[in-house]
Amino acid sequence: MSFGRARFITGFLFAPIVLYAVYVLYPYGQTAYYSVTDFSGFSPDYAYVGFGNYVELFSDEVFLRALGHNVVVLTVYPVVTILLALFFAFMLNVGGRGDKAGVRGVRGSSVYKFIFFFPQVLSIAIVAVIWRRVFQSNDGGMINSLLMKLGLVEKDKPLLFLAESDSVFPPIHIGDFTFEAPVVLVCLILIAIWGGVGFYLILFSAAMQSIPKDIFEAATLDGATRVQTFFRVTLPLLREHVSVAWVYLGIAALDFYALVVGMTPGPGGGGPNDASQVMSSYMMSNAFRPARFDSFAFACAMGVSIAILTLLFAAAQLRLTRSRDKIEF
Amino acid sequence: MSNLATTTAPATPEPAPAPAPAKPAPKMTADTGRVFNAFSHGFLFIWGALVTIPLLWAVIQSFKTDTEIINDPLGLPDQWLWGAFGRAWTKGHIGEFFFNTVLVLIGGVGLTMLLGSMAAYVLARYPFRGNRAVYWMFVAGLTMPIYLGILPLYLTVDNVANALGLGEVIGLSTHLGLILVYVAYSLPFTVFFLHAFFRTLPTSIAEAASVDGAGHVRLFFQVMMPMAKPGLIGIGIFNVIGQWNQFILPTVIMKDEDKRLLTQGLLELATNARYETDFARLFAGMTLAMLPILAVYLIFHRQVQSGLTGATLK
Repeated sequence: MSFGRARFITGFLFAPIVLYAVYVLYPYGQTAYYSVTDFSGFSPDYAYVGFGNYVELFSDEVFLRALGHNVVVLTVYPVVTILLALFFAFMLNVGGRGDKAGVRGVRGSSVYKFIFFFPQVLSIAIVAVIWRRVFQSNDGGMINSLLMKLGLVEKDKPLLFLAESDSVFPPIHIGDFTFEAPVVLVCLILIAIWGGVGFYLILFSAAMQSIPKDIFEAATLDGATRVQTFFRVTLPLLREHVSVAWVYLGIAALDFYALVVGMTPGPGGGGPNDASQVMSSYMMSNAFRPARFDSFAFACAMGVSIAILTLLFAAAQLRLTRSRDKIEF
Repeated sequence: MSNLATTTAPATPEPAPAPAPAKPAPKMTADTGRVFNAFSHGFLFIWGALVTIPLLWAVIQSFKTDTEIINDPLGLPDQWLWGAFGRAWTKGHIGEFFFNTVLVLIGGVGLTMLLGSMAAYVLARYPFRGNRAVYWMFVAGLTMPIYLGILPLYLTVDNVANALGLGEVIGLSTHLGLILVYVAYSLPFTVFFLHAFFRTLPTSIAEAASVDGAGHVRLFFQVMMPMAKPGLIGIGIFNVIGQWNQFILPTVIMKDEDKRLLTQGLLELATNARYETDFARLFAGMTLAMLPILAVYLIFHRQVQSGLTGATLK
């Protein structure tokens, strides 16, 4: 019996562990290892160079800009997405017919949910390609041609959108760091929000529905209006969900690769003039369009840096928002 | 007016004149309800339009001629032409891209579910030395972004396949190679999620089956798997969407042109200068790619929504 048990355990764990070790853990280790060498990705000869790649990385102008862009995305994208999602969840759940303080949704709420969520299941490539056309920087673009029809934009001076590298606010320099929000980056953030709101709306909405009705009944009996109920009862109970959403959105903000590659000009995206470069896109273009012989090792150092920054963010976020006392119902 | 005040200033208490508190209260709620309804529908409708219009616009473009697309991007076509769809299917290779994607998706999700539930089950129900170490090894993978492994992964896939003499089977630009990589990267979350799920299942039924002489393997496939169905569906949907939207893995691993997945293929269609002359075909390609997703989503949207959000909260 115990022999059979041991065989069973080994048999069931063998394939998953091998796959995971070979394709996930081993490459992770390799990235860390190559990041302290001058490996070119092709030549088998390489040397140990210590932390040289990291030192260069944090004095590399483009990487610092890319990092700054990630920070801008990280500050704007999660906040706006969560606020909009909460707002719409509020509208869906509080706007309904008046009974039991709005646990019933507005009419047609499932239709709204269906539409809002749809971008989430569209492949990111479809989203990118369509929005590329919507934002097109001449009179063939949807928004430009709409604004021209309305007379808000002159025909020979179309808005550039994805081709515009100027920042929407004057760049702020802190040491080697530059914080700026180029128009092209703002466009990407808008699309990310456009795609993301539906998902978090559903998340929050489901959470609101799962709050037991007697809590609302108690609030109503105490004379609370719907708005009061929402802000004083519903929202505090959603704390955990908002926190989870924040972590997910933050991780997505530190990624952003697909949108940059799919939408922005330049080989491998990131243009114009690196105005939309983020860490991941810069890393990938360094690896596949080498500008120096040890580009691969240099890109590996970026990979490690992205991982460390992501971990730091997630840890900080979880620490900040961990609820002091969990409410069970 | 007083209703508006309550909607815009949530913190302020009830408006001043409230002489008989018992009576006006219900009327108040009914009125705020109506205002809210109009309010909510207004905002919800605007966002709904923002989501739908770009997509509809793209669909309409695929029926136009290139001249119409360039000169009158907002108008409806003079004649609704279907030709672009045919061109997208044959010359744009949308059909092939789709086939590749679906093939990898079926293999990837199927194998992820099988291996993931096997590992999760053993880790959840069989205490043995090193059990926790294996579990945490999988969970650790959850915290790492894919960029940590993506560059050497290309070399690893190549080297492993060649070392085993299976370059044509699981090497670069092979469906099975990409499937194995998808499975490996989907395992951490699948194991984590299903581990928690198997833990919650009652032990008594398993014991009864075991007394009746069911072996470990039979117990798993015939008793535990059916019991875990809700969990399997949730994580299954999560994996379908995750692997469907996967972008960077196929970009790195599928280098051959005829092995491209939909994501890469559509981007190629959009960025490659060769195709720039046929805008209608590009839009038709997008439309063709959107339709099956829309169909599947129409049928399963409830499961998709609850499955995805449920999995996220674990």
